[in-house]
Amino acid sequence: MDLIEPTREAIARLVALDAPLWQVIWTSIRVALLALLVAAPLAIGAGFVLATTRFPGRRVLIVLLQSLLAFPTVVVGLLLYLLLSRRGPLGAWELLFTPEAMVIGQAVIAFPIICAFALAAVQAADPRLFETARLLGARPLRAGLTTLREVRFALVAAVLSGFGRVISEVGCALMVGGNIAGLTRTIPTAIALETSKGAFTEGIALGIVLMIVALGINALLSLCQGHGGWMQGMRG
Amino acid sequence: MNEMTARLRRRPGRRPVRPTDAPCDGTRGRGSADAARRHSMVGMAVLLVGLAMGGLSSPGVAQSGTPRAADRVIRLATTTSTENSGLLAALLPVFEKQHGYGVRVVSVGTGAALRIGANGDADLVLVHARAAEDRFVAEGHGVDRRDVMYNDFLIVGPRSDPAQVRGARDAVASLRAIAARGARFVSRGDESGTHQMELALWKSAGVSPKGAGYASAGRGMGEVLTMASELQGYTLTDRGTWAAMKSRLDLEVLVEGDPALANPYGIIAVNPARHPHVNAAGARALMDWLTSAEGQRRIAAFKVGGETLFFPQAKAR
Repeated sequence: MDLIEPTREAIARLVALDAPLWQVIWTSIRVALLALLVAAPLAIGAGFVLATTRFPGRRVLIVLLQSLLAFPTVVVGLLLYLLLSRRGPLGAWELLFTPEAMVIGQAVIAFPIICAFALAAVQAADPRLFETARLLGARPLRAGLTTLREVRFALVAAVLSGFGRVISEVGCALMVGGNIAGLTRTIPTAIALETSKGAFTEGIALGIVLMIVALGINALLSLCQGHGGWMQGMRG
Repeated sequence: MNEMTARLRRRPGRRPVRPTDAPCDGTRGRGSADAARRHSMVGMAVLLVGLAMGGLSSPGVAQSGTPRAADRVIRLATTTSTENSGLLAALLPVFEKQHGYGVRVVSVGTGAALRIGANGDADLVLVHARAAEDRFVAEGHGVDRRDVMYNDFLIVGPRSDPAQVRGARDAVASLRAIAARGARFVSRGDESGTHQMELALWKSAGVSPKGAGYASAGRGMGEVLTMASELQGYTLTDRGTWAAMKSRLDLEVLVEGDPALANPYGIIAVNPARHPHVNAAGARALMDWLTSAEGQRRIAAFKVGGETLFFPQAKAR
């Protein structure tokens, strides 16, 4: 099998506005972005607190956080499934096999990644930044935001890592989403389905679509980073 | 990709998450020198939020999370064979159009489908493992089990046929020969209907399958057929998945026609007495339609590559 045929097919379907394909792409993007919207502010806040404050158990918490990076997404999916099932404690929410359940799962998956990266970013920032801001009369919250703003390049990188993990994630999406056509089918779960049917060409084509989508979203989010990276580099 | 037809009803969406926290907005009150860049960042964040939120009102995906208006949505848990063969994609749009329901299909193995039903996470199940179905009803998880259709299982394997079972009519004796020869056999190993049938056959053969030749894959029928083809081993498959996939496989049918290989499909409503939230009326409508003269006719008319895959079996009601 070569890659030229699937690539051609992928591009042909994208250009032809193949409705089911765009539906799948749209579900993937929407779920991933909503998950990041939920997870990123919390994760960055938690990372900042972990980096700048000292309290008992902090080291343990950091080790735990970093171990969570290796947590299998399918286990997140399984735990969430048990919670959201009709028999589970949150069964009354009726969320199993809906996009909302996938958003929750992906937010849980993205949280430790963004948090660990944010923690590292704030730790790497010059601590005098925060102190200077405080001396100049900023309240702690303002001074904290100043610090976060200075490390925003690394923070966007953190969010992008989280995005990369959730957009390509199949275990949790399959389990709590159910791979329902037109509702919870994402690009990775569609690839799993095509592969299960032995339709490898379609699988590769979808993989190429995923790459194109990821490229577009990354380019868009990179605009958030602004010129911070190299401008700071030149100043420093 | 063909079956990715959006078959769900359109309806305005609920908005579960509000964009209260834009990810890049930490910049209010900065000096004017940064204003331009700040605005571009805030604008980008707002754009992303808008992009994400806008999707909730797009058609086809918008009906998510409106379970209280869910009496027009039917949740069907079924086996991979009905979905992967394309049968449901041929039947359900007709039913949806006639009766105004939207059917959401979760396709897994029979064991998993029955568990989803037992947990009340589906309104009805369409499966093929008679013993497990009867247990499902006896334990009070399901009601009103009906025969829908049947086809048969096949033993497929490499053309070289090391166990020399080609043309045999006795499935149990064939499995015994495969085991005696130590030939490779790929098992579903996932408690699916096919797996349960395989285990029953091994039991009849008086052989407990294990050893280097026996690979328990724990995967769906399509994957197992692909594996058997790659490994040049034998496997047990339903006729529907086989017909849909055989052009891509380096395998052939070796044993068929044994009455022991019959594969009946049953449909069962999830017990509304145990799970009051289920869409019992919708489940009943779909069961009635599948077992009606028209549903049965459409099942018989469904062909892949000119071959009939499922034969109607419902009793006239």
